[in-house]
Amino acid sequence: MSIQLQAEGLAKTFNRRTIFSGISLSLREGESLAVTGRNGSGKSTLLKIISGVLSPSRGRCFLKIDDREVPAASSYTHLGFVSPYLQLYDEFSGIENLELFTRIRGHQVPRPFIEALLERVNLAQRSRDQVRTYSSGMKQRLKYAFALLHNPQLLLLDEPTSNLDSEGMATVYQIMEEQVTRGILIIATNDAEDLKRTDRVLDLNSLAAEKGAATP
Amino acid sequence: MSSLWYASVTIFVKDLRSELRTRYSLNSLLMFVITTLSVILFSLGSENVSSDVLSGVLWIIIFFSTMSGLSRSFVSEEERGTVMTLQLTARPLAVFFGKLLFNTVLLAALNLLTVTLYLLFITNFVVQNYTIFITTMGLGTIGLASASTILAAIIAKANTKGTLYPVLSFPILLPLLLTVINATKMSVEGAAVYEAFSEFQILISYFIVITTISYLLFEFVWKE
Repeated sequence: MSIQLQAEGLAKTFNRRTIFSGISLSLREGESLAVTGRNGSGKSTLLKIISGVLSPSRGRCFLKIDDREVPAASSYTHLGFVSPYLQLYDEFSGIENLELFTRIRGHQVPRPFIEALLERVNLAQRSRDQVRTYSSGMKQRLKYAFALLHNPQLLLLDEPTSNLDSEGMATVYQIMEEQVTRGILIIATNDAEDLKRTDRVLDLNSLAAEKGAATP
Repeated sequence: MSSLWYASVTIFVKDLRSELRTRYSLNSLLMFVITTLSVILFSLGSENVSSDVLSGVLWIIIFFSTMSGLSRSFVSEEERGTVMTLQLTARPLAVFFGKLLFNTVLLAALNLLTVTLYLLFITNFVVQNYTIFITTMGLGTIGLASASTILAAIIAKANTKGTLYPVLSFPILLPLLLTVINATKMSVEGAAVYEAFSEFQILISYFIVITTISYLLFEFVWKE
């Protein structure tokens, strides 16, 4: 299954203030894009629009699987999302959260796979503790396990290394590398180290792509 | 089991487990019922109040306790920042039906407690026809839960959640409240079951209309 992301003339306006406009993108399997720009430039908003959580004020964004457009209502099944403002349930343990979202998606993910994911993000020891007892870095690592549960073909990472220690950052960079081999990776960041790891950059301040074209 | 139904049941079970651990709605609902009943008991004293008035008072307690507790189903997701997590994992309708199921079960349990306490402590309130009374409570509960669920989803996006909920709910719930009060009055007066059929028809129609509108509207409410 090959995936393609297409965005045409995206614009977003909040209370008559235009955050961005005229963004067009085309990404294919094996490609990665970093969205950068100063605070308030709309990096997170753009990622939310791509994920389908937010509607654009103008333009459209859609996924294609094997050259067939994926209905907007089911595009969430093909993507994973990690961001500081995405929250899991504090009153459940790490493993309970992952099992819950697996069931909500209607997937049958075996327990050993979930445990291996938790092991990978270095949370195996604390997997049965309630998320409310986790540090912010541990919560961020759990979000990676959540995002990778269904092997998404499109991975969206907003501030991918925020709250992480060096070990966590190394794991995230490895996840980013693997994602490019099996699908599309889009990150929103201003971190110079993160920016090096994608093959395209979309600067929302100038809307000009660096390191290659970010337009179709 | 279809994926929509399975996801809805999973969200319902999640809400139930979450509620049992956090007591997010349960405590406020229980406290409201107990304090309101106490105030009514004190204010009635030895007065001989008619069953008409007592039927209305019962539904006033149920209405306001619903207002104090059921909005939490969506507000808690909004406050905890888990709305986006649900948006990324579930179809909007699965969330709606999961929440509707949870609100119905919560309200049914609350109404069972309220009615039991009401029958125990308000001695003037004597039900003559239990068929009408139980049917009214059942239909009233599902109607109230379905309207409260979509209203809770709407007000969860607003800044003034606390005040907006009862204000927005009142005109929408008024036809339901008038009908259940009338049907409850009939059960207390000992009317025959066939006499309450028109009330039951209104309650069933109300539930169907509200659930259909919610089905059509929810995706828009949930996304923006």
